Amino acid sequence: MSRKIVFFIVALILWLLLTFSLNYDEIIVGVMVSFLSAVIFGGYFIENPIKLFQIHRWFWFLVYIPIFAYKCLEANLDVALRVLHPGMPLKPGIIKIKTSLKTEIAKTFLANSITLTPGTMTCEIDGDILYIHWIWIKEQDEEKAKKIIAQTFEKYLKRIFE
Amino acid sequence: MNVLITLLSLAAFFSLYRALRGPSISDRAIAVDIMSILFCGITALMAFRYNLPYLLDLSITIAILAFIGTLALAKYLEGRNLDD
Amino acid sequence: MFFYYLGWIFIVVGVIFDLLGALGLVKFPDLYNRMQASTKCVTMGTCGIMLGIFLISGFTQMGIKALICGLFILFTMPVAAHALSRGSLFFGTKLWHKSIVDKFGEDKKSYPQISKEDETT
Repeated sequence: MSRKIVFFIVALILWLLLTFSLNYDEIIVGVMVSFLSAVIFGGYFIENPIKLFQIHRWFWFLVYIPIFAYKCLEANLDVALRVLHPGMPLKPGIIKIKTSLKTEIAKTFLANSITLTPGTMTCEIDGDILYIHWIWIKEQDEEKAKKIIAQTFEKYLKRIFE
Repeated sequence: MNVLITLLSLAAFFSLYRALRGPSISDRAIAVDIMSILFCGITALMAFRYNLPYLLDLSITIAILAFIGTLALAKYLEGRNLDD
Repeated sequence: MFFYYLGWIFIVVGVIFDLLGALGLVKFPDLYNRMQASTKCVTMGTCGIMLGIFLISGFTQMGIKALICGLFILFTMPVAAHALSRGSLFFGTKLWHKSIVDKFGEDKKSYPQISKEDETT
């Protein structure tokens, strides 16, 4: 039940931001639509809505953003150099690493972060094994590859989501 | 401003080349996805250029449709094997 | 005034990254490399455009909508690329002939899915 209430509030805030007016009739339509979508889709929302209101998780999330933005910029410069290089320096392949994260949403965030950082892209998640396509393979071993790709992200994501 | 919109249209032409030429289905799918996101960027730049905030609604709609279309095609590909 | 120039810098850098991503889509040899280049560069570039519009317009209707659109693209584009690469791995699209290792093919399909000769166009 608490899931549906939190979903209702989030949907209502999104509606108010999108219409960007505090008219009487706009708010009534917004409340109706958010209530309907909360009743139908509320069950697919995140597992524990209590976690949304714990302050230290939001603090670690704010710490996580600059690290992620720096990695993202580095990734883009890397790919741009590879595109403009005439010799096409590619050494691709698919490797696998093991993650220690448990919840679904943490795994989703880890996969998205890996996709947006230098030279790596998540291809398939099977339990706690991630298959990763790497554009320039440095290390084929599981442990060493994990140390290069996912160590820093996992540390912060564990503090945010678990 | 017009130069930037022209450059984005050039990028959309590149991905149109890949969508027409691509050897496999997945190549065409990713090219169409990229092209939709580029159109989303073009629409946002035009909304900014002519000062019409309503065009940004169109931009959000294009992004949502591209996402749903790509997911549907991925599910379709996953259910079919070339091997057996 | 500072945010005005910063927003223009974001927009111009975003357009350049978009162009490079589309060029990578044409130039790279196989599906997975193409997906890497285009997904990263186009996501970053379009988010840069939206962030630039938000920085110039501020908290008006246009700025808020651009910010929501940018966040939506940032969350959904990696998911779409992941789903499509997973689908084409199960479908049987081969890797480039100069690829080194394929752990997925060894685990799930009993032999690496690396193509024998140069099939690219």
